[in-house]
Amino acid sequence: MRRLREAWQGFKVGTWLGWQIESNWTEPFLFAIYSVIKPVAGVLILVFMYLVVAQGGLQNPLFPQVFLGTTFYLYVVNVLSGISWTVTDDREHYGMLKYAYMAPMHFYGYLLGRGMAKTLVATISVLITLAFGIVFLRVQLSFRNPGLLLVGLPLGLAALAFYGILLAGVSLLIARHGWMVGDVVAGGLYLLCGTAFPLSLLPSPFRALGLGLPPTYWLEALRRALLGQGLHPELSALSDAQLLLILTGATVLGIALSVGIFRAAERVAARRGLLDMQTMY
Amino acid sequence: MAQEALAVKTEELTRVFRLRKREAREGRREILALDRVNLEVPRGELFGLLGPNGAGKTTLIKILATLLAPTSGRAFVAGVDVVANPAEVRRHINMVCGGETSGYGLLTVEENLWMFAQFYGIPSREARRRIRELLSLVGLADRAKTKVYHLSSGMRQKMNIVRGFLTDPEILFLDEPTLGLDVQTARTIREFVRNWLREHPDRTILLTTHYMHEADELCDRVAIIDRGRILACAAPSELKHMLQREAVFRLYVEGVADARAALDGMPGVRALAQEAEDGRLRLDLILAEEGVLVSVLSRLQEAGAKLAELRKEEPTLEDVFLALVGRRLTEGTP
Ligand SMILES: Nc1ncnc2c1ncn2[C@@H]1O[C@H](COP(=O)(O)OP(=O)(O)OP(=O)(O)O)[C@@H](O)[C@H]1O
Ligand SMILES: [Mg+2]
Repeated sequence: MRRLREAWQGFKVGTWLGWQIESNWTEPFLFAIYSVIKPVAGVLILVFMYLVVAQGGLQNPLFPQVFLGTTFYLYVVNVLSGISWTVTDDREHYGMLKYAYMAPMHFYGYLLGRGMAKTLVATISVLITLAFGIVFLRVQLSFRNPGLLLVGLPLGLAALAFYGILLAGVSLLIARHGWMVGDVVAGGLYLLCGTAFPLSLLPSPFRALGLGLPPTYWLEALRRALLGQGLHPELSALSDAQLLLILTGATVLGIALSVGIFRAAERVAARRGLLDMQTMY
Repeated sequence: MAQEALAVKTEELTRVFRLRKREAREGRREILALDRVNLEVPRGELFGLLGPNGAGKTTLIKILATLLAPTSGRAFVAGVDVVANPAEVRRHINMVCGGETSGYGLLTVEENLWMFAQFYGIPSREARRRIRELLSLVGLADRAKTKVYHLSSGMRQKMNIVRGFLTDPEILFLDEPTLGLDVQTARTIREFVRNWLREHPDRTILLTTHYMHEADELCDRVAIIDRGRILACAAPSELKHMLQREAVFRLYVEGVADARAALDGMPGVRALAQEAEDGRLRLDLILAEEGVLVSVLSRLQEAGAKLAELRKEEPTLEDVFLALVGRRLTEGTP
């Protein structure tokens, strides 16, 4: 009971702090760059490549699929990798990890809260990018299946947060280069999860890997919900309900793995004296 | 339970750091940072750990604060085993480390502290009241709305001190709380610590320092630590009393750069430290008794040294350290 209250406490203060850091309202210019200009610029680069490489330009039915995948991938970077960057940031940059860690609040809850803040900020970016796509790139959203969206979106976001904590555990053990964990994973998922191109373009071992990763199913569910159809023929046999079931399974697995791995990582970090390691100063 | 009366207790507490091959120091791959440390600190005490750089002070504090696991031995804080039940230990403690630049620079002083109070579940209104009160006690009230990246390092340190006391911890660890501060700020902080403990007599503070004045002035009891071992543990006056039968002298001599060769191993010379000062050589001597001084002086004369000044000193904690270790506190761990 008490532990639960401490977890809630951690979640609340983590969210507050995360929001203060991420949104940095005192510098609206920086905030605009990070949450508006950067994601939109990312999409524009994609549009440009698309016009050069693909035939039929923006009229190609593949384009909205790719646009949507890239837009929602913003969540993967911000939430999944973001949470693991938090550990490195707090430890190396702010020197605060040890204080957050030795406080009676639940550290896991605190990290979830930091993830919550990242999710909120990413949502702003995603909405702006979507609006940009609808207005300037003529992307048509159909909202064919609002149920799939309302269940699938939060389910996937929760899963991203849990796997983010798993990565945070790994970052905890990599003193100097902890941020790399988030970078490498984000890059890998971009390529493997059918974000910007169909899985069928991948060599078959990588395709199999992509089919084993939850974000693939999440993006597919979002595509079906918002565009009326998915991208990958490999997944077309799955019903919407089956997709959601897979996402639920992945989320539950994420909870179990993240709790277990984070705990183990904490123990190793305490043994090696990594919790307050500052290597850059 | 007897253990409950103790704020801190360690049993044969040992910590070994293993180094990577390329980090090896003088061929050693293992650093014995704490060597079978046994300590008992009763509640209500201001207990000091006095030792040179690298003695193991921070290592001990980190273990007690649940940030570092011991290699062997056990440690109890508020009667709770730090390894078996760290979550429970954390409800009783807080910690401040000197000489670091922790804090979220883009939050204000007040926001940083408020957030920290939230880590501990202190109700918002109570937190704000305490923040106001503590900030004005350390003389930082006018900076409450300043962003932390605009603070000088002394101001940051004051904020961190407030952070430690804000949660009203049963047991507070202060790791070199005045490190690198100017004299005035250090004094403010010492005064604040003393007053706080007077008003909260059931609270315990474990403080580390390598300033002997700080230990002498503040602490009820002091443990002298060197190379991971506790060499003595008593009230400052008792520690100095240990040297009562011995004689502590300070000599200034001219004409020699090194007096060790002449005096080392001489019967009756308990300890010797030397340092060049204004073109002369300063010698701090601890002698078994005053009578030894005569032979010391003649030995120095034979070595070509001319006596410029001679003083009999009241023993300080520095001298106690010198007598115990054979080095000065400020010399660090070789
Ligand atoms: N993470 C670590 N890895 C390797 N060696 C370490 C680590 N932390 C401390 N040590 C070593 O352990 C010994 C004790 O260090 P510790 O920091 O406890 O000393 P200290 O008494 O706090 O010194 P100071 O006055 O300089 O703060 C030193 O030799 C130090 O180099
Ligand atoms: Mg130290």
